[in-house]
Amino acid sequence: MLEAILISIATAATPLFLAAIGELVAERAGVLNLGVEGMMAMGAVTGFGVGLATGSPAIGALAAIVVGAVFSQLFAFLTLTLASNQVATGLALTLLGLGISGQIGEAYVGQPGIRMGPVFLGLDPIFWFSLLLLVAVAWFLFHTKPGLKIRAVGDSHVSAHALGVPVIAIRYGAVAFGGACAGLAGAYLSLVYTPQWVEAMTSGRGWIALALVVFASWRPVRVLVGAWLFGAITIGQLQVQAMSLSTITGLPAPFDSIVGALKAVPSQFLSSLPYLATVLVLVLISRNRRLALVNTPASLGQPFVPDR
Amino acid sequence: MMIALNKRANPSPLFATLSPFIALTLTLVAGVILFLAIGKSPGAALYAYLIEPLTEGWSLHELAVKATPLILIGAGLCIAFLSGNWNIGAEGQLVMGAIAGAIVPVLIPDFRNLLTLPLMLCLGMLGGALWASIPGLLKAKFGTSEILTSLMLVYVAQLFLDWLVRGPWRDPAGYNFPQTVRFPTEATVPAIDYASGRAHWGFGIAILVALGLWYMLARTRRGFSLRVTGQSPRAARFGGFSPGRTTMFAFLLSGALAGLAGIIEVAGAIGQLRPVISPGYGFTAIIVAFLGRLNPAGAILAGLVLALSYLGGEAAQISLGVSDKIARVFQGMILFFVLGCDTLINYRIRIAGQSSGGVIAETPAATTGSDQKRDIDAAASAVPEAGRHA
Repeated sequence: MLEAILISIATAATPLFLAAIGELVAERAGVLNLGVEGMMAMGAVTGFGVGLATGSPAIGALAAIVVGAVFSQLFAFLTLTLASNQVATGLALTLLGLGISGQIGEAYVGQPGIRMGPVFLGLDPIFWFSLLLLVAVAWFLFHTKPGLKIRAVGDSHVSAHALGVPVIAIRYGAVAFGGACAGLAGAYLSLVYTPQWVEAMTSGRGWIALALVVFASWRPVRVLVGAWLFGAITIGQLQVQAMSLSTITGLPAPFDSIVGALKAVPSQFLSSLPYLATVLVLVLISRNRRLALVNTPASLGQPFVPDR
Repeated sequence: MMIALNKRANPSPLFATLSPFIALTLTLVAGVILFLAIGKSPGAALYAYLIEPLTEGWSLHELAVKATPLILIGAGLCIAFLSGNWNIGAEGQLVMGAIAGAIVPVLIPDFRNLLTLPLMLCLGMLGGALWASIPGLLKAKFGTSEILTSLMLVYVAQLFLDWLVRGPWRDPAGYNFPQTVRFPTEATVPAIDYASGRAHWGFGIAILVALGLWYMLARTRRGFSLRVTGQSPRAARFGGFSPGRTTMFAFLLSGALAGLAGIIEVAGAIGQLRPVISPGYGFTAIIVAFLGRLNPAGAILAGLVLALSYLGGEAAQISLGVSDKIARVFQGMILFFVLGCDTLINYRIRIAGQSSGGVIAETPAATTGSDQKRDIDAAASAVPEAGRHA
């Protein structure tokens, strides 16, 4: 029982973690990409479609990584080369990603997908990969020279530029990494978590991932902690919903729907818990202003035009 | 090839006017390519998408119906975005406004007189404003990112509406459908010309509100403080404008207008509450605000354009068999192109073809005296300069 719950929490936490760790790298480089939700949606539809077409969830996941990275470059071109506003452009990426994925996914609605099965301890390969990714990102950011450059670019693009660090090129790379991770996170949803395609099936997870980065104060390990916390909240509320549903089975048909409607009362409330928890967490984090100021990449969200 | 930006000394008034039109043109070009790619005749597609909805009386009415919430919300978001407050939760504020306004016909159905509708509209604004005040207050008080909080509250509002119409507010005589009672005539926004189509007076309200906001922004002290706060919070503080108060004002105003859009939508176009009352107007209005160049008067035109994209999507679905979801793709593209074209307002774009290595891999080159001059002298922009890095 406990094992099953832990596995389901890990499964709920993994897409949040993947999207958040990618966004963390982008934000460490000073780029606030609010397009995570859109990139995830693109990854989800790609993973589902390619997985279905090839019969291989692994190829589906790889395709989602590529599509996520490529799609993120639209955002990168506008914000980095054309110095557009990052908040607005990120929103545009989300709206476009949801639109395109909805259009492509039209053909997949109602089709059963293929599932990426567990390989070790009841967990799928992408979960294990995400743990490797955590170690790799933490090591890369804090123990390598390119990692130092990424952080330098995020903390002061002017100084980094003056020292000859290629600010824009590094940011392109960081955004692409974020896109690849978000794409994989989306594919996780449509290949592991719920192997099907539903329009806008990301249902705000990209935004929760953005909040997780703030919650983690831009530290990789804390992203994992936050993702597990939100995974636990998600699974917890689903368990309660399932319990209240199970008590109504076996009733005669006419009462079934009435009782079902009554039982529906708490279900919406429970479903809103992850979103409310996100707000709460953000408030708690931002109340401690000193903590927030120390960790926030100083150039986050600011456009950089290498001028003179 | 590399693209270099040179900052203009002053924003270009020419491109400030042209950029939305360039963006729309580019969207059309992209649309032609898109339709060719999926094997549809671009001519027929564009006709179905852009012209057909404008050829019949009833569809012009539909245009006004769809433009109403877009203009109302978009005009409010202009104020919010201009003052640097990223209220992206208008969709949730729309829902809460619709719920608050629907209190009258659902809970006190016997209150039917001339005051019914005005009371509903006021409650709608109140509901939207209260919902928007949450991210506003959290930002003003704790510095919490309003982007994420306002967006999270969209999901909460939608779930709350879902619970209401399936639970306590469900029409007992509605055959178990998840919807409230139909609003009586007194609680309905009257149609402009019932004989010819669905358009209601909400459209008139939207136009008036947008013009009013345009006046406030351009001509009043309040409008000035909003613009200054957006451009430079520091300067605003020196000018004696409180950023916290500006934040609250921007959220309350944009929330109230989203709420008004919500109650007008359910009392005008739909006639009752349902689990889903908006095809994402609150999000599309973000595009309206930017396409209108954050000018509430511009939001009127932009609202009509985006309303056309919804209508065109439906028309194209019927006549071409293309999914109406393609409308969302076009809407997203419009925003992308607008944001890209806005770069032309503040920067000159130079395309240098002789790039040898990586994009920005060169070390910073020495600044020459002519560099400073170029920003001032418009004619000099044509003169190619060597030795400049990207």
